[in-house]
Amino acid sequence: MTIDTQQALFGFALRLGDTSLVLGHRLSEWCGHAPELEEDIALTNIALDLVGHARLWLSLAGEAEGQGRDEDRLAYRRDVFDYRNHLLVEQPNRDFGHTIVRQFLHDAWSVELYERLATSPDAGIAGIAAKALKEVRYHVQHSAEWVIRLGDGTAISRAKTQDALDRLWPYTGEMFEADAASSALAAAGIAPDPADLRAAWAARVADVAAEATLTRPADGWMHKGGLRGEHSEHLGYLLAEMQFLPRAYPDAVW
Amino acid sequence: MYTQGLDSKADQGAQPSPRLVTDNDIRFQERIDAEEKIEPRDWMPDGYRRTLVRQIAQHAHSEIVGMLPEGNWITRAPSLRRKVALLAKVQDEGGHGLYLYSAAETLGVSRDELVEQLLAGKAKYSSIFNYPTLTWADIGAIGWLVDGAAIMNQVPLCRCSYGPYARAMIRVCREESFHQRQGYELMLALANGTAEQKRMAQDALNRWWWPSLMMFGPSDDQSAHSAQNMAWKIKRFSNDELRQRFVDATVPQAEFLGLTIPDPDLRLNAETGHYEFGAIDWSEFNEILKGNGPCNRERLEARRKAWDEGAWVREAATAHAAKRAQRHLKNVG
Repeated sequence: MTIDTQQALFGFALRLGDTSLVLGHRLSEWCGHAPELEEDIALTNIALDLVGHARLWLSLAGEAEGQGRDEDRLAYRRDVFDYRNHLLVEQPNRDFGHTIVRQFLHDAWSVELYERLATSPDAGIAGIAAKALKEVRYHVQHSAEWVIRLGDGTAISRAKTQDALDRLWPYTGEMFEADAASSALAAAGIAPDPADLRAAWAARVADVAAEATLTRPADGWMHKGGLRGEHSEHLGYLLAEMQFLPRAYPDAVW
Repeated sequence: MYTQGLDSKADQGAQPSPRLVTDNDIRFQERIDAEEKIEPRDWMPDGYRRTLVRQIAQHAHSEIVGMLPEGNWITRAPSLRRKVALLAKVQDEGGHGLYLYSAAETLGVSRDELVEQLLAGKAKYSSIFNYPTLTWADIGAIGWLVDGAAIMNQVPLCRCSYGPYARAMIRVCREESFHQRQGYELMLALANGTAEQKRMAQDALNRWWWPSLMMFGPSDDQSAHSAQNMAWKIKRFSNDELRQRFVDATVPQAEFLGLTIPDPDLRLNAETGHYEFGAIDWSEFNEILKGNGPCNRERLEARRKAWDEGAWVREAATAHAAKRAQRHLKNVG
């Protein structure tokens, strides 16, 4: 299937916007409940950055689509099957270890992506990426440091963190999966082929896992479906909570 | 946010005990009277230190517990702009907690000790956070009323005689006044919105009005430590003075919103220029102080749960830091 550049931009921005929004939502669930005050502040801050990125991407998606949908229309009035986020980021928080491992696996990907997008010939994409890059560099540093602390901490923390890594690993393949939008933009030289991010991501993950004394899981079967709207059961509840007010009061402006 | 209960007679922590006035006391009071700032290494009376530790700790705890009722609506904020604003606000409150705990630490207590007191139910935090946030409008009402009341209390604290506290409060106040404007703007959107939104806004005002007035603490005639705290310039205005200022500032704001303040006795006294308001139901306030508010249990349980479930994380961080230090020693040795 070939699609035109505007359609591709729409799909691409939606994928990044939804992924940022859903992960930001998950992190915001920690607010007030983190293991220590500094982490409460840090996780809330990262959530804030991610929701900020989501606003930029969703606004860009709305413009590319050209049907008058703004960031809120896209965030609050789409059901699960129209969401295009990676399955990784909708996985529940479970405990701090799962949250941090999920974050690191995502951050290590997003820093590679944004570094490449920052030099995109598309000014809209490059602008968002340049802004986001400054923030995701801090995010990956934060999450990597915690993976190392937890992995190379106590026996309990190591076991919990290894469990999180094993459990979340099968969700990492999707980040490198191409779809019609990414293929069209890659062909036009506007965005990288997602597969091209894998080597740098894998190297960073391997380094951090080694320092954390964790065993990098083998690449076996990988979950897929987020890119075509086939999600885990978790996303429906997340959206029900997030979208409650605009759905309950459809005429209201907030 | 704000801490109250400081002047409650039930609170015995800093009751000044009768003792001899020493030369140190006299010199200390002269410095205070000359508006000099007292710094951590300076001599200070035990009562002054105790009062400050208690007040700053209560204030810090209030910031931390206050993250819960507002955090309750982050995942349900009705627009991304509102979500980002609320995240930033709650993050600010965590930051206030951090530097207030640091200010308390300059007086010789550790943050861990203070947190333990909170989790053990031995420390106070502002009773306002024992009320639930039931609708989105509560987020607006907290910003407008609760932060508004907090600012009335806190602006004078920027001139508190204790330097580290006064300096922390300057930053806190700057951020709180931003939160207050944001809260009012949120209420304005509701008040100008659909009939359902307006109803939501009125309902929130109905529930938050009286608790906000109670934030200033008991009436002056019921207040235990005001005189000493005023002399020490920890406190600059009485509870009733500040409460009156808040009412005078807030009533016209409610009128502008087209909302009704839930007080049939409220009227402007043309002679004084002040609003007179009805009697506060202090029995409700006292019940909440005793732990019988709608959310007292939930708030402390949430803090304890976060602390207990985070224990393995803190232990891991400590263990890792020790391993690192050991490796470093080996490398240099």
